[in-house]
Order: sequence, then structure tokens, then C-alpha cells
Amino acid sequence: MSKREEIIRVDHITKRYDENAVLDDFSLSVHEGEVVVIVGPSGCGKSTILRIMNGLEPIQKGEVTYRGEKVDGKLGSITRIREKVGMVFQSYELFPHKTILQNIMLASILVQKRDRREVKEEALQLLARVGLSEKKDAYPRQLSGGQKQRVAIVRALAMHPEVLLFDEVTAALDPEMVREVLDVLLSLAKEGKTMVIVTHEMSFAKAVADRVIFLDGGHMEEEGTASEFFDHPKTERAKQFLHTFTYDKVERE
Amino acid sequence: MIFKDMMTMLAEGTRDTLYMVLISTLLGYVIGLPLGILLTISDVDGISPNKVLYKILDIIINITRSIPFLILLILIMPFTKLVVGKSYGTTATIVPLTIAAAPLIARMVESSLKEVDKGVIEAAFSMGAGGFTIIWKVMVTEARTSLLVGVTIALGTILGYSAMAGVIGGGGLGDIAIRYGYYRYETGVMIVTVAVLVVLMQVLQWAGMLISKKIDRRRGK
Repeated sequence: MSKREEIIRVDHITKRYDENAVLDDFSLSVHEGEVVVIVGPSGCGKSTILRIMNGLEPIQKGEVTYRGEKVDGKLGSITRIREKVGMVFQSYELFPHKTILQNIMLASILVQKRDRREVKEEALQLLARVGLSEKKDAYPRQLSGGQKQRVAIVRALAMHPEVLLFDEVTAALDPEMVREVLDVLLSLAKEGKTMVIVTHEMSFAKAVADRVIFLDGGHMEEEGTASEFFDHPKTERAKQFLHTFTYDKVERE
Repeated sequence: MIFKDMMTMLAEGTRDTLYMVLISTLLGYVIGLPLGILLTISDVDGISPNKVLYKILDIIINITRSIPFLILLILIMPFTKLVVGKSYGTTATIVPLTIAAAPLIARMVESSLKEVDKGVIEAAFSMGAGGFTIIWKVMVTEARTSLLVGVTIALGTILGYSAMAGVIGGGGLGDIAIRYGYYRYETGVMIVTVAVLVVLMQVLQWAGMLISKKIDRRRGK
């Protein structure tokens, strides 16, 4: 793993809201082709890590490094990196007044100034890949949650990001739609895309992760490969956490 | 008054009123739209917070909005004369109308733009979009339904103000209603004039709502 090039790194990050520390001296390094899954109880700061990696959240201490280059607070430096760091949100955040195709093409044309025809062709290919070709001229409200989230993923992919951040992308979905979205993520992982995923879907996490980070109270409590973490958790806290996902058979008298 | 004369007068009055209202609203947006955008982005939770700028704009707009239109009309007569060359007539009335419209429009633009979902703006930021793209391609585009409702309200308000300008010889339908209805006790003319104003308002409102519904992609067909 360490032989591959490092893409993004956060170092000794401390993030506070008012007096509450959301992240306390947190560090994480993500290498090319790696799939890092962050799990942990609600409110432990998982999403905040992704938002910091994308410069959406100011930090009190620490630094973000992208391909060895320090990301400072200046807008120019942040926007340049944001182009390379794709983000998919829990509530899709598609532009409601734009068609699916316009949603996907917007940033490539306006931010990356790429050729419209080429961008459109690629957008259509990406849509076909997630099985939504026939929705290209529809508006977001005409799509189901799972479809919207697949479009949001395509929108992020259209920018040719070097790393993709997924922030609880299935948390707002009905159970039967979770699968269709996670399948897209699995196929991206198979392709060797670099991804950082925050999720509550433990069996998915186990299947997709190269490395699992268990976060609690703003600290990294445990780190390991998927099988290390899920089958042989080291810390008491992690064992407790994983136990909340299992149910004991009810014994009737 | 002979029927034909009255019709000619009403037609001219309507034309003058529309001229004043449309030009004033247009100029009001030339000033009010950028102001509304500045208010939105400089506010605490805006994309580029600036307390001082927000407060200054906020106070200026509040002061302008506090002055009753009739007082504003008289208060800025010297300025109107400076700009247009005279202080009465339809073209002169455009000056106070624009000054009254701009802060109102700025406030409506501000409230429309603030309705745009923060998450959507954040998504645009996450794709590396700059301030200009965010403002025009995300905020203004996504708020367009609400912005258009604002245009309708602005037109209606300015139509009302324009009638008030009749008191100081502002021209248009308000002028006719005051001159004939109030000074000469020709109630008939006044009623007809008011009826025309009512129809104008209805048409503006109806057209505004129709268009804003047509361009709303969040619901409907």
C-alpha cells in the first residue's frame, strides 16, 4: 500500500464547533487506488472528515495536503483541489431546475472549461453505465432517491476526480434502493478508483474496504483491514459498536 | 366629457402608466438585483460574509424604504430636476419610482436567493465552482421562480406608486383619476380610470404567475 502514491492526507486535524471538539488531532492518509471506509456512531465526526478534505469546513488546527501540496485557505488553491476531489452527499444535492444532463455537465463546462460536445458524450456514457440513459432530459424531482443518487455519483465522476468522497450516500434511501447505489460504488472500487466512504452499511463496508477506520468521539479508535476490523476487532469500543448491528435470537419459553 | 375624448385620454394614460412602471421597474432591477445579491452573499451565512458591507447596505435600504413614497416624491424633486430637466411629467416620475423600487427589489431578491438550498450551493462549491458561477448559474437559476414572483410584486407596487405620483402632476392614470375624479368631481371618469388600473394589475399578476409556474421544475408538468 505504501508504495502507491499518496493522494490526499489530513494531518493532526482539530475541528471545533463552539467549544465541542468534533475532531481531535485526527490524521489520515489516502493512497492511490485505495478504498478507505470510515465507520462509527452518529456524530463522531465521520462526515466532517470528508467535508474538511474538500475544503467545505474550516479547521482550527492541522493541515490538508493534496499530492504533497499543502492546501491553504485561499480560494484559488481550494477550488483547484476541489475539481480533483469529487464529493457525493447524503441528500444528493442535484440542481432542481436543471435537467439530469445539465446537472452532470455544469461543472465540467463552467469550471473545467472543457468542450461541450465532448463533455456531453461522456455524460451520456456515464449515464448509460448507471442505467439511466432514458432519464437524461428529466428533472431531478421526476427521479427516485436511488436514481438521484446515481446521477449525483455520475456528476462527480464527470469531473474526472482523483479521489471520490461518499458521505453516507445511502442514508436517505429506502432499503431496496440502497443496493442499486452501492452496486455503483462496488463497480467503481473494482476499477481501482480511490475512494473514501462514510457509511452505516456494515456488510457493504466489509465488502468494499481495503482499510476500515473506526472513529469515536473525534478520535481514530481503531484502524485495520476489513477482515481485521469486522472479524477481530481489537478495542472494546469497536466490539460494542459492531454488536449493535447484530441481533440475538429471541428465546421463547 | 365626450366618450371618444375620454377613451383617447384613458388610452394615453394607460400608455404613460405602463411606460413609467416598466422603465422604473427595469431600472429598479438594474440597481436592486446587484444589491440583493450583495446582501445575500455578504450576510453571516452567505458565501462571502462581510458584516460591515451587509450592515451598510442594510441601513441604506431600510432608510430608503421608510420614507413614504409621497414624501420621497417631493423630497427628491431637486434631484429629479437635475436628472430629467423638470420635476413633473411621466419621464420625471421615473426617477422617484426607481429610487423607491430599488430597495424593495433588493429585499425581494435577497429573500429569493436565500431560499436556495444551502446543500446545492455546497455541492457546486465541492465541484470547484467559483463565486461568479455559484451566483449566476446556481443561486439565480435555482431561485428563478421566486425571483419572477418578485418581479410581479414589484410591478404591482410600482403601479400603485405611479398612481400616487398623479398628485404632483406625474402623468398617467393616477393623474387622470386625481384631476377628473378628485378636483372636478367627475366620478365616472375616476371609476373608469380605477377600473383600468384594476385590470392592469390583474393582467400583470396573472402573467407573472403563469410564467413563474411554467419555469418551475420542482413541481407540475
